[in-house]
Amino acid sequence: MDFTFDSEQHDLREAVRGLLERAYGDAEHRRRVTGTDPGFDEKTWARMAEMGLLGLPFAEEHGGMGAGPIEVAVVAEEIGRVLAPEPFVEAVVLAGGLVAAAGTDEQRAEVLGGIAEGTTLAAVAHAEPGTRWSPSAVAVTATRDGDSWTLSGVKEPVLNGARADVLVVSAVVDGGTSLFLVRGDAAGLTRTGYRTHDGGRAAHVRLDGTPAELLGESAADRTAQVEQVLAQARIAYAHEAIGSMDTALRTTADYLKTRKQFGVTLNRFQALTFRAADMYVSLELARSTALWASMVQDAGGDVVAAADRARLQTSRAGRHIGKEVIQLHGGIGVTAEYSIGHHTSRLTAIDHLLGDGEWALSRLAADVDAHDTVDPLGAPYTR
Amino acid sequence: MRLQLSPELASFREEMRTFFTTQVPQEIRDTVAARRDLTKEQLVESMRTLNAAGLAVPHWPVEWGGRGWTPLQMHIWREEMQLACVPEPLPFNASMIGPVIAAFGSQEQKERFLPATANIDIWWCQGFSEPDAGSDLASLRTTAVRDGDDWVVNGQKTWTTLGQHADWIFCLVRTDPTAEKKQRGISMLVFPMDSPGVTLRPIELIDGGHEVNEVFFEDVRVPAENLVGEENRGWDYAKFLLGNERVGIARIGATKRLLSQAKAYAREVTVDGRPLAAEPRMAARIAELENELLALELTALRVVAHSTDGKPHPASSVLKLRGSELQQAATELVVDIAGPLSVSSFADGGSAVPDWARVATPEYLNYRKVSIYGGSNEVQRTIIAGTILGL
Repeated sequence: MDFTFDSEQHDLREAVRGLLERAYGDAEHRRRVTGTDPGFDEKTWARMAEMGLLGLPFAEEHGGMGAGPIEVAVVAEEIGRVLAPEPFVEAVVLAGGLVAAAGTDEQRAEVLGGIAEGTTLAAVAHAEPGTRWSPSAVAVTATRDGDSWTLSGVKEPVLNGARADVLVVSAVVDGGTSLFLVRGDAAGLTRTGYRTHDGGRAAHVRLDGTPAELLGESAADRTAQVEQVLAQARIAYAHEAIGSMDTALRTTADYLKTRKQFGVTLNRFQALTFRAADMYVSLELARSTALWASMVQDAGGDVVAAADRARLQTSRAGRHIGKEVIQLHGGIGVTAEYSIGHHTSRLTAIDHLLGDGEWALSRLAADVDAHDTVDPLGAPYTR
Repeated sequence: MRLQLSPELASFREEMRTFFTTQVPQEIRDTVAARRDLTKEQLVESMRTLNAAGLAVPHWPVEWGGRGWTPLQMHIWREEMQLACVPEPLPFNASMIGPVIAAFGSQEQKERFLPATANIDIWWCQGFSEPDAGSDLASLRTTAVRDGDDWVVNGQKTWTTLGQHADWIFCLVRTDPTAEKKQRGISMLVFPMDSPGVTLRPIELIDGGHEVNEVFFEDVRVPAENLVGEENRGWDYAKFLLGNERVGIARIGATKRLLSQAKAYAREVTVDGRPLAAEPRMAARIAELENELLALELTALRVVAHSTDGKPHPASSVLKLRGSELQQAATELVVDIAGPLSVSSFADGGSAVPDWARVATPEYLNYRKVSIYGGSNEVQRTIIAGTILGL
């Protein structure tokens, strides 16, 4: 058993931290970047590609680095630490993950290679209005005509949907959900982008007889694969949230040590320091669970169950810390000029993108009678 | 980063599990599983069984019966013991005075006390808290005044757990009332509970049980050789002892065990013909507690894996704080599962109310103590805010 990074993981963290702190050490810069389309910095994105981050989890034969979930976790945490708006989890873990899971070798080499090089921004068009966190498509349908396919229906919210060069779209086929690639310039594709509350970008995507390329050899039901990749993205998001919570707590502790009220610094008030201590407890418990989920994934265990557990713990912690850091700052906490509220905004977005804590809890509750005790050690974790 | 235990540790865990589930008498483990109080004889028998196998005091120096285990082995030993419903070695002996004497006692004291302490030939009790010195322990007022070859002790202790069974007491006493800092004038004395001038008075608790006592000292004469370590250094020994106490106080294995029992109870109780366990709210409550316990267990593993040269990791306060909260939440859960049955606490053998429901409320009430002892949870928050967050 070992909870420490090896030297390569340590070096990776230092390199990513260096790059992102240079880019976003100044919160004003982040405001400018998120205030302008596409909502992230193409130059920083290109540097991340140069560093190999955008191909981190992909196989080497597909242009990637062949790294594992721990390395992904390291990068995601650093992203969260400075609230870097670059869509690492969305484009690499989620979109790339689906292509890696379902694509043909040819599609993998092309799309994953493009993602890794930073020349292709991939986005996932899976969510549909009125549905919640399902691994299946509901209303977007795929129609076959000989060897070609067309898609119809509405996907929303599609993160980075307007900027994306290629969309990975889920659609209903006979007997299930299949995945398709839709090029940004496809006929019958309408994308209306907008800003999200956390400074990101999402889009309303309308498909109207839009030509699409089937991902993989056959129109098989991909629900289980979607569920796996969503779980991997949930774990990566948990680490992004940990990074954000860590910064938010540290920023708040520093603030308590400097801000004066009633003639003394705020850290003289036990009512406040106790709340900071409780935040630390929440953070460390969430961190342990997220690290564990990544280790379960690394060992080939039940990644869906592990992701639900990490999701629940991180959701609770994110809400606790996200709300408290604003309260402890007072009025400045809700201003856009100051950084702290942006952490709360991002934590709130992460919480709701792929399944929140209550949702994870209901899944765990449905299974609670299937085991006597939860044993996190030993063989790959299964329910 | 890797979660799996090494093959060596996996077989260590198996070895512990086998010993605890086959060598400790079933009747004793059944009593723990039923969450009933153990008799003194049962506790002694259990600890001697462990001691004979070298499993009672593995954290002591090897010379005195320790095993030189890693923190992770210690963690596994403790968790497996709790999961198997084996009573833990008497904390006053194994975790408190034993390690203090081993670290600070004279060679004579070590030889005289340590083997007897490991084998519970001496049952120790703790004389620290006083009516006006709880979390603020350094305010204690019990005095010891030198008179020839003796110390003469006067004062009062309280919350002396299981003092009614104790043969000896280890006691903090004020030996220099003029010391500039109140922490500097304190010493540690050990003496028999049947010394003339020692009076023990039981304190009845809200669970109906008798586990703590007040102890009064009136001109108790203690030979000078019973001073542990140096005069006026008692505060250092107390801090050392309390640091040991905090490790393992999270009792994750015991809570895990209780949650699994709670699931069984919730299947037994029906609501409108359906098992309570099938109610979504109940299932979610149990699932959430299981997840919080998982998070705590993983944090404990992180802490033990990172603790170096025997010093507790600063995050060990998280373990005490959250561990006590989860112990309390689990006992509360069981009372809620028992529902109306929970009032039948003192029903006798003729009652139709199952035993688990009868012990539920006393245990819940008794467990209010766990967020108070071992450094109250407010003290732990102060430690986290101060030493970790720098506030």
